[in-house]
Amino acid sequence: MNTPVPARANAPERYYNYAYLDEQTKRMIRRSILKALAIPGYQVPFGSREMPVPYGWGTGGIQLTAAIIGPDDVYKCIDQGADDTTNAVSIRRFFANVADVATTEDTGEATIIQTRHRIPEKPLKEGQVLVYQVPQPEPLRGLEARETETRAMHAYEEYGLQYVSLYENVSAYGRIAATAGYPVMVEERYLMSPSPIPKFDNPKMAQNEAVMLFGAGREKRIYAVPPFTRVRSLDFEDYPFETQTWEETCALCGAKDSYLDEVILDDAGDKMFVCSDSHHCAERRAAGHVGPMAGHTLDQDAALKEPAQ
Amino acid sequence: MSVATLDLSRIAPAFADPVRESQAVFREVMECMARPGRVTRFDRAPMAPNGLGKAAGAVALTLFDFETLVWLDPALADSEAEAWLRFHCGCPLTTKAQDAAFAIVTDMAKAPNLAAFNQGDAKYPDRSTTVILQIASLEGGPVVTLSGPGIQTTTDIAPQGLPQDFWTQIETNQAQFQFGVDVLLVASDQLLALPRTTTAQIKGG
Repeated sequence: MNTPVPARANAPERYYNYAYLDEQTKRMIRRSILKALAIPGYQVPFGSREMPVPYGWGTGGIQLTAAIIGPDDVYKCIDQGADDTTNAVSIRRFFANVADVATTEDTGEATIIQTRHRIPEKPLKEGQVLVYQVPQPEPLRGLEARETETRAMHAYEEYGLQYVSLYENVSAYGRIAATAGYPVMVEERYLMSPSPIPKFDNPKMAQNEAVMLFGAGREKRIYAVPPFTRVRSLDFEDYPFETQTWEETCALCGAKDSYLDEVILDDAGDKMFVCSDSHHCAERRAAGHVGPMAGHTLDQDAALKEPAQ
Repeated sequence: MSVATLDLSRIAPAFADPVRESQAVFREVMECMARPGRVTRFDRAPMAPNGLGKAAGAVALTLFDFETLVWLDPALADSEAEAWLRFHCGCPLTTKAQDAAFAIVTDMAKAPNLAAFNQGDAKYPDRSTTVILQIASLEGGPVVTLSGPGIQTTTDIAPQGLPQDFWTQIETNQAQFQFGVDVLLVASDQLLALPRTTTAQIKGG
């Protein structure tokens, strides 16, 4: 855990209010969070503010975190599962700076985990909040461009179009082809985008012990899944929902059951598969687990790392 | 009470450190809304004026502002509590339950039916009223078993001082999901939440 020693909350050298946002904005976001929790899976419109990063870099998640974070929190931020990617490092530094919080890479000791496109491998527990960064909160947007229409579809539970889309997948590809952002039904009422997490992570949403909050800054929507809530990935009886599996194990820690990224190592096409959850992998290696390429530094070719989908 | 007659010496203080304290109160309210039936305590919240408990006061200071129309129990009309809310939160007040974003009910004997408040819109169910019901105690009353999102199996609560038909109102409220009000039960410095998703069953009933 890293405990920064930044300027005091009201010191003149601090140019912003605690946690960056002004208090009125925080109150507005807090009210939206409470309604989002009361109506699981429903998208609450909110007055999204301009943040000091561009849209698409996590403005929704940052605003949610800013509205809930306090000096006693321990903050973790991951991007595609990794703590050490640019986006995650920048956002973690941002909150260490503006909110005086301790930061960590340890999933178990974090109280707020902000995530872009993964759910950590380690099961979450009561007292933790998982904040998702969401690019497109509307699961039906690819099928219906008009917000007025999609809002009515949610209001009247008109989700036939979504099932037609899945059926078209089956007829074209022989399976439901979506691998990330796979739509889910919350408490058998609201169709929800899980954000672009791999469908591998979808089952972790159901009956999760942590509070899950979703923020879309550009699209100005907040939604939530309370703990112990039913979350079902859409499927058909004869085409049941399935998660990804790999024939490979993690090259560094040997994990057989975690989500793996394929990493190209050189121009000759050599590659390795490694855990996308960097803390999970490090923890396993520290515990003595060894994969087939253990000790590989990745250094010389790190720049070639493929972004995972 | 008009501005001209506002006597500042009669207005009790609010949070000493509004930024930190409202954040701490909100996190507790958020956990309670996420886990219906969970009881939290705001023992360090400022004393609210007569008629308002610490919990109701803390929630008001944390969530109310010029954007939220508040329905205040007629029992608190022209009271120090009303002046306190106006001064510290800057919230507009309304006597129309249908228009309220928040409601504070303190006189349970004359409490309006939950259905009298804003139930939300089919397309915007988040626009319904959040009703803060102040009762005698969150303990020692008849045992009620809760279930629903946020609750692993079931959880028991025993609030005291609710009207006879309250749990029937909650049943009606829950049955009309996505419409419905969300209830915060407060007593002195304690709070628990009953969002519209929660099902309640009176034990032995």
